[in-house]
Amino acid sequence: MRIAVCVKQVPDSWAEKKMVNGLLDREGVDAVLNDLDEYAVEEALRIVEAHGGNEEGGANSVTIVSMGPERATEAIRKALSMGANDAILVSDAALAGSDALATSKVLAEVIKNGGFDLVICGTESTDARMSVVPAMLAQRLGWAQLTFASMVSVDPAANTVSITRTTEAGVDAINAKLPAVVSVVEKINEPRYPSFKGIMSAKKKTIDSRDLAAVGVSAESAWSLVADFAPRPPRAAGVKVTDEGNGGNDLVKFLAEKKFI
Amino acid sequence: MSQIFILADFAGDKCTKTTAELATVASRNGSVTAIVLAAPGAALAASVNHGPIANVLVVESADFATFGVAAAADAIAQIIAQKSPSALLIASHAYGKEVAGRVAVATDSGIITDAVDVAADLTATQLVFGGSTTVHSKVSKGVAIITVRPNSVEADLSDSSPAVENLALTISDSAKLATTTSSTPPVKGGRPELTEAQVVVSGGRGTNGDFAAVEGFADSLGAAVGASRAATDAGWYPHSHQVGQTGKTVSPQLYVACGISGAIQHRAGMQTSKTIAVVNKDPEAPIFDLADFGVVGDLFAVLPQATQGVTAQKS
Ligand SMILES: Cc1cc2nc3c(=O)[nH]c(=O)nc-3n(C[C@H](O)[C@H](O)[C@H](O)COP(=O)(O)OP(=O)(O)OC[C@H]3O[C@@H](n4cnc5c(N)ncnc54)[C@H](O)[C@@H]3O)c2cc1C
Ligand SMILES: Nc1ncnc2c1ncn2[C@@H]1O[C@H](COP(=O)(O)O)[C@@H](O)[C@H]1O
Repeated sequence: MRIAVCVKQVPDSWAEKKMVNGLLDREGVDAVLNDLDEYAVEEALRIVEAHGGNEEGGANSVTIVSMGPERATEAIRKALSMGANDAILVSDAALAGSDALATSKVLAEVIKNGGFDLVICGTESTDARMSVVPAMLAQRLGWAQLTFASMVSVDPAANTVSITRTTEAGVDAINAKLPAVVSVVEKINEPRYPSFKGIMSAKKKTIDSRDLAAVGVSAESAWSLVADFAPRPPRAAGVKVTDEGNGGNDLVKFLAEKKFI
Repeated sequence: MSQIFILADFAGDKCTKTTAELATVASRNGSVTAIVLAAPGAALAASVNHGPIANVLVVESADFATFGVAAAADAIAQIIAQKSPSALLIASHAYGKEVAGRVAVATDSGIITDAVDVAADLTATQLVFGGSTTVHSKVSKGVAIITVRPNSVEADLSDSSPAVENLALTISDSAKLATTTSSTPPVKGGRPELTEAQVVVSGGRGTNGDFAAVEGFADSLGAAVGASRAATDAGWYPHSHQVGQTGKTVSPQLYVACGISGAIQHRAGMQTSKTIAVVNKDPEAPIFDLADFGVVGDLFAVLPQATQGVTAQKS
């Protein structure tokens, strides 16, 4: 079983974000591994561990695939230190400001040529928050889409994958033949902390850096364009009262003034 | 006049208010056709009768239930190829965004997600970085595919009697790779749907597992009940009620956070609410930064008194 895990490096969600020339400023802020992608790495490791592990040279492997600036290697090292085998990073100046369509195109090309059986993604990048890259990947690859999984099980003998899909529309059981694209929700597992040994060995693992020419896709003009952006006026400072026996009534008065009652 | 398509939104077999919201913004651009994807014999089209909808296009197939997102996207891409609309608007939830994403790939069109408004020229408005920044953008290739957040615009709910057309399509084999073997719809309570509600009252770890005070206050206001992840993880409230980054995004007229500290992941799901009220016993809780009105106090004292006050004012 060869698994690709798509991870993205994102600005730290606690950092203040701002726009520069219509794009998110990614230079001026700390960057981290998208926390929802840690669940994807963890799930991939659990799948290979349930089927004999991912020793070098064995039948199973977990490859981290990412598109982003060169400094995304920091986020990739974290995924490698959890126990993934190796990584592919696509970096190219022409990709700056890519949206989900461009991202999925590049990722699909890398995955198609990588000999993978299964792709696992997070459900959402904390910066783009689109939740569409996994579905787009499935469409581009022509592979089965099993997204928003709160449970995944793989049967290598039958060459199948089954998930429990959990969304606001309810809970579905879905299965498919491999190859397939899976995305996992954060309730699926508890990601491991990298061990000291994991951190040391991650330093020696291979990150295969490629530009667009090496991937074999050409840069495309954007599918959508930002016309303008502006900070919204900050929320006006509110009123804060301390309950000394009348807090509930104060709240009612506020709600009545605002015509909520 | 240009033709603009929307994907009619359903909860079970009931057409949602979101459908009328999509129609309302779409009608600024052109004549609105609502696509209805239905199981064979399901009489869904008849309930698509609110909002400025001129036409309803019905595709019936058992494949929509079995093959989910992929089958829906395949059908819509075929419809777009046949009818060349100017744009396609879909509700911004997990299913809607995934369908939109696949249609964008299939038709080589641009996509904008989580719009809170769409102008007549199809310029979409998004609120990013937790609502701190407004972005206007436009699709520049193919059909403009835009997902619109429920509850963001005032819906024109006037009655309509659209012309209904049935369209026969064959779902492509490439959309039949993942099979749904069972489906459990979410349990519906008597309260309004979280993402559609005008008022949401949410409880967190501060409830200590007892949601009675939160529910009582919600009911006095006719509100939906939400919860923080601390509350859903503890099993105090169903996961389907979780508000936040990994739960639902809500944008009601009024959001009342009770016993919730205001972690960034929770804020991500509620900070575009029009008015925010807070009840928390810790005056330093970060949630107060968002509050239009905050009460520093014990929710078990404040909420029952407020419930009584609202009930008294209403009668
Ligand atoms: C990947 C990831 C995704 C996440 N997604 C979400 C998400 O979607 N939604 C979400 O909510 N969280 C999410 N979280 C969790 C988030 O970080 C917080 O842990 C969570 O929101 C805390 O919930 P809380 O505010 O109820 O609890 P706490 O932070 O423990 O706060 C409880 C508050 O209650 C107050 N309180 C206690 N007793 C009373 C009382 N009697 N009366 C009044 N006030 C009282 C306290 O002063 C405190 O401020 C996510 C975390 C991660 C890592
Ligand atoms: N640049 C990227 N590189 C690798 N994986 C990505 C990238 N962008 C998105 N993904 C994957 O797609 C998922 C959903 O992201 P998004 O659609 O941007 O919200 C993420 O959790 C990642 O697994």
